[in-house]
Amino acid sequence: MPSPALPPAPTLAAWGRLPKPGSELVSEDLARATLGANLSRGLGRSYGDSSLPAAASDRVIGTRRANRVLGFDAATGVLRAEAGLSLAEVNRLFMPRGFFTPVTPGTKFVTLGGMVSSDVHGKNHHVEGCFGQHVRSMKMRLADGSLVETSPTAEPELFWATVGGMGLLGHVLEVEFTLKRIPSPWILMESERVGGIDEFLVALNTAAPQWPMTVGWIDCLNGGKKLGRGVLMAGRWAEPHEAPAELPPVPGALAVPFDFPNLALNKYTASVFNIAYYWKQIAKRVTKVLSPEPFFYPLDAVLEWNRVYGSRGFTQYQCVIPRAAGAPAVREFMVRLTKFGAASPLCVIKDCGPEGQGILSFPLEGTSIAVDMAVSPEIQRVVNELNAFVIETGGRIYLTKDAFTTPADFRRMEPRLPRFEAAREKYDPKRALRSAQSVRILGDRAS
Amino acid sequence: MGRAIAQRLAERGDRVFLLGIGEEELQKSAADLAARSAKSEPTGYAVCDLEHPETFAPALDAAEATLGGLDLVVVTAALFATQEALENDIELTRRLVTVNYGHTVVFCEHARKRLLARGGGSLAVFSSVAGDRGRKPVAIYGSGKAGLSHYLESLDHKFHAQGLHVLTVKPGFVKTGMTAGLKPPPFAGEPEGVAKVVVRAIDARKPVVYTPGIWALVMLVIRWLPRFVMRKIGF
Ligand SMILES: Cc1cc2nc3c(=O)[nH]c(=O)nc-3n(C[C@H](O)[C@H](O)[C@H](O)COP(=O)(O)OP(=O)(O)OC[C@H]3O[C@@H](n4cnc5c(N)ncnc54)[C@H](O)[C@@H]3O)c2cc1C
Ligand SMILES: NC(=O)c1ccc[n+]([C@@H]2O[C@H](COP(=O)([O-])OP(=O)(O)OC[C@H]3O[C@@H](n4cnc5c(N)ncnc54)[C@H](OP(=O)(O)O)[C@@H]3O)[C@@H](O)[C@H]2O)c1
Repeated sequence: MPSPALPPAPTLAAWGRLPKPGSELVSEDLARATLGANLSRGLGRSYGDSSLPAAASDRVIGTRRANRVLGFDAATGVLRAEAGLSLAEVNRLFMPRGFFTPVTPGTKFVTLGGMVSSDVHGKNHHVEGCFGQHVRSMKMRLADGSLVETSPTAEPELFWATVGGMGLLGHVLEVEFTLKRIPSPWILMESERVGGIDEFLVALNTAAPQWPMTVGWIDCLNGGKKLGRGVLMAGRWAEPHEAPAELPPVPGALAVPFDFPNLALNKYTASVFNIAYYWKQIAKRVTKVLSPEPFFYPLDAVLEWNRVYGSRGFTQYQCVIPRAAGAPAVREFMVRLTKFGAASPLCVIKDCGPEGQGILSFPLEGTSIAVDMAVSPEIQRVVNELNAFVIETGGRIYLTKDAFTTPADFRRMEPRLPRFEAAREKYDPKRALRSAQSVRILGDRAS
Repeated sequence: MGRAIAQRLAERGDRVFLLGIGEEELQKSAADLAARSAKSEPTGYAVCDLEHPETFAPALDAAEATLGGLDLVVVTAALFATQEALENDIELTRRLVTVNYGHTVVFCEHARKRLLARGGGSLAVFSSVAGDRGRKPVAIYGSGKAGLSHYLESLDHKFHAQGLHVLTVKPGFVKTGMTAGLKPPPFAGEPEGVAKVVVRAIDARKPVVYTPGIWALVMLVIRWLPRFVMRKIGF
């Protein structure tokens, strides 16, 4: 029976809550569902528009129900699973057995397919590189309908274009990668109060050879002498004799029950948030053993925390400034960032190791800075200005976070783009695989 | 939902045997359960097709042989189609009511006998809230589920004293492959949530469970609505 009033057209949104018309078909049978589909998406934890449809009628497959473990070898740590398996599940199942993912982003609510497609990096980038470096093989559905197994030796160009390729080469159905053995399921962390941006860069550099995991949280609202002050966190897996005998507690997550009013996260609340974080660390340096949850995933404790940004949505600006550009470039970037006063309790700084093999993989040797920004009428101008500076330094932005970079700017920061487009030309000449992001940045057709 | 229940059982250390239609899919699901198994148990499987009753006994034989006897049988398999699709396709209607009612009852009879032969056990079968009252949008699908619920209730009455525990599971709307094309109503459930509730109900030897729980209330109201109202509303 047709209903009298047409329901509102469905929309799909990612973590930044900027919706596009369209819908996803969630399926546990990816081999069947991806035939003829335009895009796959996992848990929608990318901030930007890479997991959103190019056109409302596009067939977008939600992979999160395809979550079977297909094989695990406890002798080598090699795990093969369907692409929709979440990192939360991988941790839950394998951490008690003494294994952990070689690379983890700052949230565990991501899928293996999403980790490959963004070629995610973590606190250990300076040691382990990106996730793609640890992937041995993948089963993919290509645009022509064929199923292929790709690896660094079988169809390597397809493999390295898919790693960091934002879903544009084909649908990842299965991922095989190597888990790392851990001495205990606990983290030994040292946190250190840092007074300013220059000191921060030195501290990151000093910590890198000593610690396999490092990251800094900086206050990006304060300028002048306080510019870039914050906390550096360095860690490693605790040895059995340093760690409690039991498993870490299973976290019970809180949820943000409703959308905050748009004004809640104004400059003042964000300021308070920042200072509180900074001064919580009263001693200059603190060492402790803690559960991996608060260490790797501090924000996962509040599910759907993105709702604090209210209905206007938000974005994250993440760029990397090459080491060659030097500390003054990072300082100048921070000056510009604080000048905009973009309200953000979240500003993360990390030194990246060498560039990986993923053709469009984000990190390169240098300093990565990530900052959340509420969407406002000013946002396009802010992103353009920050991009202009990043291009000057020879740096680039992270596609998985991006919703505002212009195609011209992207070309300027991405000399590797022709190689990526050549791979697309070979594996998907008709550009059947596409996203709102590929339309915006790469000029794909939206009809 | 079957997959979520099997994962939950395997993870807590139960030994599981899978029945289903596609050999390749069964093999992958078995690998998944083996990797999740708290005791690293390999998981067996056998092909069993609700459209082909001759597959039932051999499949259950294989399960019994592998596990050394059954103490719980869970039935989640079924077909679904919208009322519109069923009205336009009589053959589909025949298949659906045969699988969801006739052959499911036949399968349960096989399972019940095996459980009773060992002195009892649990039989947990997925029916649906659609079987609780004749309703326009699920006239045909719901009738099969109504028959199934009726059968399961009678089993409970008849064999409870002999140690057979029968659980009728009545899902409301759950986001699964079955409902993938449909617009989820408020309170739509997730398979993991259903699995948790169902495994708890099996352990507690409950006779009926609605999931998500709110549907118990919804159906209570629906069952009491007078006929003239049911004729008017679209629900
Ligand atoms: C709180 C928070 C912290 C984060 N921290 C980090 C961090 O430290 N480091 C980092 O690198 N990233 C970080 N991220 C970003 C996140 O790790 C990536 O965006 C990741 O790709 C999200 O995975 P997903 O499964 O949600 O994928 P989605 O967001 O659903 O999709 C992301 C991209 O992957 C593609 N894709 C997904 N699955 C498939 C598939 N099966 N086949 C083909 N393409 C597919 C999509 O098309 C899309 O282009 C963070 C995000 C959040 C919300
Ligand atoms: N989802 C809901 O909202 C909802 C609501 C009320 C009741 N239910 C009931 O809950 C149960 C589980 O449903 P679900 O939502 O989990 O759906 P589902 O994902 O479609 O699961 C049904 C399973 O049955 C299998 N199957 C189909 N035909 C079969 C046959 N001839 N022989 C053997 N297996 C067969 C399917 O296999 P293939 O995948 O290989 O086809 C599928 O794995 C069903 O009984 C359903 O009627 C569901």
